[in-house]
Amino acid sequence: MKTKLFGPTTIVALALSLPAMAQSPIKIGFVSTFSGPQAAIGEDMRRSAELAKEHLGGKMGGKPFEIVYEDDTFKPDVGKQKSEKLVQQDKVNFVTGYIWSNVLLASLKAVTDEGDTILVSANAGPSQIAGNLCNKNFFSTSWNNDQTPMAMGEYLQKKGVKSLYLMAPNYAAGKDMMAGVKRTFKGEIKGEDFTKWPDQLDFSAELAKIRAAKPDGIFIFYPGAHGVQFLTQYAASGLKGQVPLYQVFSIDAITLPQQKDLALGILGAQEWVNDLPNDANKKYVADFKKKHGTYPSFYGAQSYDAIMLIASAAEALKGDLSNKDKVRAEMKKANFKSVRGDFKFGNNNFPIENFYIQDTVKDAAGMLTLKTVATAVTAAVDPYASKCPMK
Amino acid sequence: MDYLLLQMLNGVQLGLLMFLLAAGLTLTFGIMDLVNLAHGSLYMMGAYIAWTLIGWTDSFVLGAILALPTTFLLGIVVEAVVMRRLYARDHLDQVLATFGLILFFNELVRVIWGPAGKSISVPQFLSHTVEILPGLPYPAYRFAIIAVGAVVAVLLAWLVARTRVGMLIRAGASNRRMIAALGINIELLFSLVFGLGAVFAALAGLMAAPLTSVKIGMGDDILILAFVIIVIGGIGSIKGAFVAAMLVGQIDIVGRAFLPDFLKTFMSTAAASSAAPAISQVLVYVVMAGVLIWRPTGLFGQRT
Repeated sequence: MKTKLFGPTTIVALALSLPAMAQSPIKIGFVSTFSGPQAAIGEDMRRSAELAKEHLGGKMGGKPFEIVYEDDTFKPDVGKQKSEKLVQQDKVNFVTGYIWSNVLLASLKAVTDEGDTILVSANAGPSQIAGNLCNKNFFSTSWNNDQTPMAMGEYLQKKGVKSLYLMAPNYAAGKDMMAGVKRTFKGEIKGEDFTKWPDQLDFSAELAKIRAAKPDGIFIFYPGAHGVQFLTQYAASGLKGQVPLYQVFSIDAITLPQQKDLALGILGAQEWVNDLPNDANKKYVADFKKKHGTYPSFYGAQSYDAIMLIASAAEALKGDLSNKDKVRAEMKKANFKSVRGDFKFGNNNFPIENFYIQDTVKDAAGMLTLKTVATAVTAAVDPYASKCPMK
Repeated sequence: MDYLLLQMLNGVQLGLLMFLLAAGLTLTFGIMDLVNLAHGSLYMMGAYIAWTLIGWTDSFVLGAILALPTTFLLGIVVEAVVMRRLYARDHLDQVLATFGLILFFNELVRVIWGPAGKSISVPQFLSHTVEILPGLPYPAYRFAIIAVGAVVAVLLAWLVARTRVGMLIRAGASNRRMIAALGINIELLFSLVFGLGAVFAALAGLMAAPLTSVKIGMGDDILILAFVIIVIGGIGSIKGAFVAAMLVGQIDIVGRAFLPDFLKTFMSTAAASSAAPAISQVLVYVVMAGVLIWRPTGLFGQRT
C-alpha cells in the first residue's frame, strides 16, 4: 500500500504546530530522583520548582515556560541518558535539578559540552566541577560539597570540641564532605569510616567502633533515607546522650517526619534555613506550607532559586535566549531575590554565600522544624575556586 | 576484647536476619526449582504491612504478629496467580517474570503508601540498652532480633527434620519428580512452602524496619546477599543457609570493623579508608568463589 506523503492529517498537524512555534516556550529540563527510596527528595524539589513557576505566573521574559521532569532513578548512567534525552530530543534551554554528585558528574559533559546547554545544579556540588572541571555552561544554586562541612568544622573548632569521629558514604560527595570538615576542624580525628553507598543500611559495626574510640563528637553526612537510618541506630545504641552528633544534610524537612523527636537538639550546618528573615524566603516558605502542609527542605529552596535564577536571565533578555554568551553573562549576575538572601557567583559559577548553624526544634503547632541558631561563616568562597581557570 | 564481643554480636544479629530471608529463598529454589527475584519484595511488603498494622493496633508486637498471617496469604496468592505458571518454564523466564514482580510491588507500594519512606519505632520496652558486660551496653532491640532469629531457626530445623511436612520438603529438595509420582499433592506443598518463605521474609523485613526504615526497594539491596548465602550454603539446604548466613554476617562485620585498621598498618590513612570499603564489598564474593571452587554445590548442597 502506498502512503500519501501529505495526507489531510499531516496538513492539520502542520497547521496546529504553527501557533506553537510562534510562541516557542522556554523549556527547562529537570533531572532528579522520582522513584525508589530517595523519591521524596525529588518530589520536594518538583513541588518547589512548580511553586516558582506559579509565582512567576508561568512566564519568564514574557514567554511561557515549561519544566520537563526526568527521573534519574538514583543511578548515574540513567541520569546521563535522561540528560542527553532532554538536550537532544526535547531541545531544552536549560537543565537543572541533580541531587547526587555522582549523577551530576556523569551527566555534566552531555549537557554543557556536547549539548552546549546551560546546567544549573540545584544541589550536587562535587569538588571536581568547582575546580579544574569548572565550566562556563555550569551554574550552581547550592554550594560546593566541601563548604557545608567546612562551616560545621569551623563552628565545632570555635566551640572547643576536642576530637571527632567522621562517617560518610563512600561516593563522590562523601569524600568531599570528609575532606571539607578536616579543612577547618583542627582537633583530633579519632577515626573515620566510609560506608557502602547506597546499600549499607546497618551501622552497628561503625557505632561499636565509635564507642571504643570515645570521641568528643560524631560528624556525619547521610543524606535522605540514610539519615533516618543512622539517627535511629545512633539512638538505639545508647550513644545519644554520651557522644553528641553533628551533621550535614542528614536532618532536613523531608527526613524529620521519620526521625521525629530523635532529631531534637542535633546541630547541623546549611546555607539556607526556613526561618531566614528575607521577604523572598517568607513568601516561599509560607506558600509552600499552605499548599503542602509541610516545611520545604533545602533541596526545595535551591530548586526554587534555580528556576528564579533562570527567570532573571530570561527577564533581562526579554525572553530571547538565542545568544548563549548573553545568557551566560546575565546568569552570572545572579540578579534575583534568592531565598537565602542575595549572593554573588564566584569565578567558578558557585555562589559566594553564608552558612548557618541550625538546630531541630518544635514550632508553635508542635511540628518538627529547623531553626537558625548561629551564623557559621559569611561570604564563603569554596576551596577549589582557585583551581578553576575561568575568570 | 569488649569491642570484639560487640562486633561478633553485630555479626550474629545480621546473620540471623539474613538467614530468615535466605531460608525462604533456598526452599523455593531447592524444592520448586524456582528462581524468585521477587523474594526481596516480600521482605518489603512484610515491613509495609507491619507498619500499617502497627498503626492500627498501636502495638508493635500485635502488629508484627498480625503481619505474619497476612503475608502468608499474600505469598499464597502470589504463588497461585504468578509462580504456578512458571514452574515448568526455564530459569530465564522465571527471572524475567519475577523481575517484573519486583517492579509491580515497588509501584504498588508507591500507590498505596506513597513515595516517601515510613518508619517503625523500636517498641518502648525494647528501646533501652542492656549491659552485656559491665560498661558495655548493647541495644535491647538487637538482642530481640537475635532471640527471635534463633527461635525461628530452631523451629525451622525441627519442622524440616522431624515433621511430615518437613519430610516432604526434604524429599522435594532431593527429587521433585519422584514425590509427585508417589502421589503427594505437590501443588499444596508448593503453596505451603512459598507461603512459609513469604512469612520468613516478612519477619526479616519487619524486624529490620526499626533499624533501617521502611522504603521502596528495601528488599532489592539485601536480596543479592541472600542469593550469595544460598549459593554458599548449597541450594535447598536449610542447614547450609544457616551456616552461610552466619559466615556472611561475620565477614561483613569484619570487613567493616577491622579491615580499615588493618590496612592502616601498612597504608596511608587516606588510602586505607578508601580501599577498605571497596575490599569489604568484594570480600563476600571472594568467599563465595572460594567455596564454589572447593565445593561446587555449596557447603551442604546435594551432590549431583
